[in-house]
Amino acid sequence: MIRKAVYFDNNATTRVAPEVRDAMLPFLDEFYANPSSIHRFGGQLAACVEEARAKMAALLGAEQPSEILFTSCGTESDSSALLSAASTCPKRRKIVTTTVEHPAILNRVRDLARHGYRVTEIPVDGKGRLDMDFVRTAIDDDTLIVSIMWANNETGNVYPVEELSEMAHSVGALFHTDAVQAVGKVPFRLSSMPGIDMLSLSGHKVHAPKGVGALYIRRGVRFHPFVLGGHQESGRRAGTENVASIVGMGKAAELALAGIEEENTRVRALRDKLEKAVLETIPCVRVNGDPEHRLPNTTNISFEYIEGESILMLLDLDNICASSGSACTTGSLEPSHVLRAMGVPYTAAHGAIRFSFSRYNTEEEVDFTLSKLPGIMEKLRAISPYWSRRNK
Amino acid sequence: MWNYNEKVMDHFLNPRNVGEMADADAVAEVGNMSCGDALKLYLKLDEAGKISDVKFQTFGCASAIASSSALTELVKGMTLEEASKVTNRDIVAILGDLPEEKMHCSVMGMEALQAAIADYRKKKGLPGGEELKNEDHEGRIVCKCFGVTDVQIRNVARINHLKTAAQITEYTKAGGACGHCLDKIQEILDDLNRETAGEGDRPKDEFSALTPVRKILRIQDVIDKEIRPRLEHDGGSIELIDLDGSTVKVRLKGVCATCPNATLTLRKLVQAKLNEYLSPDLTVEEA
Repeated sequence: MIRKAVYFDNNATTRVAPEVRDAMLPFLDEFYANPSSIHRFGGQLAACVEEARAKMAALLGAEQPSEILFTSCGTESDSSALLSAASTCPKRRKIVTTTVEHPAILNRVRDLARHGYRVTEIPVDGKGRLDMDFVRTAIDDDTLIVSIMWANNETGNVYPVEELSEMAHSVGALFHTDAVQAVGKVPFRLSSMPGIDMLSLSGHKVHAPKGVGALYIRRGVRFHPFVLGGHQESGRRAGTENVASIVGMGKAAELALAGIEEENTRVRALRDKLEKAVLETIPCVRVNGDPEHRLPNTTNISFEYIEGESILMLLDLDNICASSGSACTTGSLEPSHVLRAMGVPYTAAHGAIRFSFSRYNTEEEVDFTLSKLPGIMEKLRAISPYWSRRNK
Repeated sequence: MWNYNEKVMDHFLNPRNVGEMADADAVAEVGNMSCGDALKLYLKLDEAGKISDVKFQTFGCASAIASSSALTELVKGMTLEEASKVTNRDIVAILGDLPEEKMHCSVMGMEALQAAIADYRKKKGLPGGEELKNEDHEGRIVCKCFGVTDVQIRNVARINHLKTAAQITEYTKAGGACGHCLDKIQEILDDLNRETAGEGDRPKDEFSALTPVRKILRIQDVIDKEIRPRLEHDGGSIELIDLDGSTVKVRLKGVCATCPNATLTLRKLVQAKLNEYLSPDLTVEEA
C-alpha cells in the first residue's frame, strides 16, 4: 500500500493530471489501432497524434506543429539533438555546454569527446550563473553545437538561452536547450526566438505520464534521426507512436499553457513561503542558486553541518517527499555535480535539500512541512560533531 | 530509497550514547566533512581496564548514525584487548544487515574504535597503540579523493573477504569519486588473493595428475577468484561449461557476450590466468 505523500519532489516527476489520465484512457481501451494503418480506424488515431502535436506546439509558441517530434523521454530528445548535429555538420568538431547540465547531456557529450570531439563545459559562479565572458571565448567557428539547459533541475536557475542562442548563431553553430524543467513554468515563444534550433522536453515533468517526451526542431534545421526504422514522425523518429502517452502529453501541454499564470503566482508564493520561513526559523541555512533568475517552483536549501540523506529519511517518516544533493542518497559517493560546480562548501553541499512544487501542492502542506523541519534539524544537529564544535 | 531494516532504523531514530564526554580517556575522530561522513568517538575506562562509558557524534547518513550507535552498544563493557578485535562485521551483525553500498559506514565505526584505542595507549605510553596508529599511517595513499591507504584496503578486504574493486568502494569509498585508482585497487586485491590462496606457489605440473572432477573444481576456483571479478568490474561475467581434455569451454555473459574483443578476453585474460595458475597446456574456447 503506497501512502499518500506531501510531495515536494516535482522536479523528479509529477503526478499525472486527472484530465490527462481521462484523455488517455480511451487509447488504452477501444482506440488501439496503429496510426500508420491505412484504414479509417488507424487514421482517426493519427489525427489524435496530430492534435497533440498542435497542442505541444502551442505551449512552446512554435511556428508550426511539424516542428515537434515525439520521443520516449527527455533523455532521448537530448541524445537525438546532439547526435543529429554531429552527423549533419561533420566538419565542426567542438561542442560547448555547461558544468551544470543534466547527465542526459553531460554523458552524451563526454561520449562524443571519446569520439574525437572537443568539449568545453562552461563553469558557473557561486550562485550557479554562467560566466558569459567564458561563453564568448568558448564559442568559435569550429563549434558544432551549443547545448545549454533552459533551467537547472537542482537549483531551478534559469539561463539566458535567448542571448546564448544568438551567440551560437553568430558563429554559425547550432543551439540546443534542454528545457525539461522549464516547460510549464516559464512562458515560451519560440517563433520569436530564432536562435533556438532544438529544444528537449519531457512529459512526466508536466503531469503527463513517464515514457514520453518531445524534441522541438526549428523548421529548416537539418535533422538526422537517432532511432532508425519505419517512417513514423515523418521519418525522423522510427517506432510505432506511443499514442496514449502522446495524447496525454498533448492534454498536459494544454493544461500547462493555461496554468503558467498559476505557476508564477500561487505556486511561486508557496515556494517563497516555505523558503522564507526556513531562513527565518532555522539557523545556519543557505539557499543555493540565483533567486533573481529562478523557476517559480524550486528551492534548494542547505542545512549546514548535517547530511542530506538523514534529513530525507526523517522527512519521509512524516510522509514528506523531497530530494537531496547529498552523496549518500544515490549510492554515489560524491555530492551533486551541480553544487560542486557552484563551489558550494562541503559543509553545505552534503545537507542540501531540494523542494520542488507543482500546482497540486497546498498551503496546508507547506505549513505541515514547516512544523516538522525545525525538529528534524535539531535532532540531527544534536548528533553532529561539527554542530557542537561550531557552537563552542 | 534505501531499504534499511528495522534495527538500522531503530538505531538511526533512537541512537544510543550520543554526545560529548568531557573527561574521556580516549577520543578519536575519523572521516571528515568533505567525505560526507565523520565519527567522533569518546571512551571512558574503569579501573579494571574495561570500557565503562562510550559516547559518539556522527555527521552522516542514516546508516552512518546507526553504525555508530551500534558500535557504542557493542563495546561497552569490553576490555581494550577485546575491543581491538572488533571489526566492521560485528557492527553489521548487530544491525542485522546494511546495504552493500553502505558498508563503509560500518568500516568507519571500526576505524574510529581502532583510532580511539590507539589514542588511549599513546596517552598512557603503552605499546600496541603505536603499532595500530602506525599501521594506518604507514600505508601509501591509494585513493586520493578519500584518502584511503593500501593498508586500509588490505585490512578491509581480509576481514570481509572482498574480491573486487567495486566492493572496496562500497566498504571504504576508495575509488568512488574520480575512479582513477580502481585499477590499482584491483591489483592490491589480486596480490592479496594470491597470497591468501597460496596458489602462486603451487607446482604447475601437479594439475595434469588430477582427476577430471578435481580439475574442473580447480578451474572453477580460478574463474571465481581471478577471472570473473575482473569481468564483472566491466559489467560482464563468465560461466564454466565443460572441460574436454585440455580444452576449457566457457560462456561469456553480460557485456562480454556481445563484446567485439571477446576473443581477446578469452586468450589474454581467461586462458592466461588458467595457464598461470593451473597448467600451461590449457586452452580456452567459447562453448
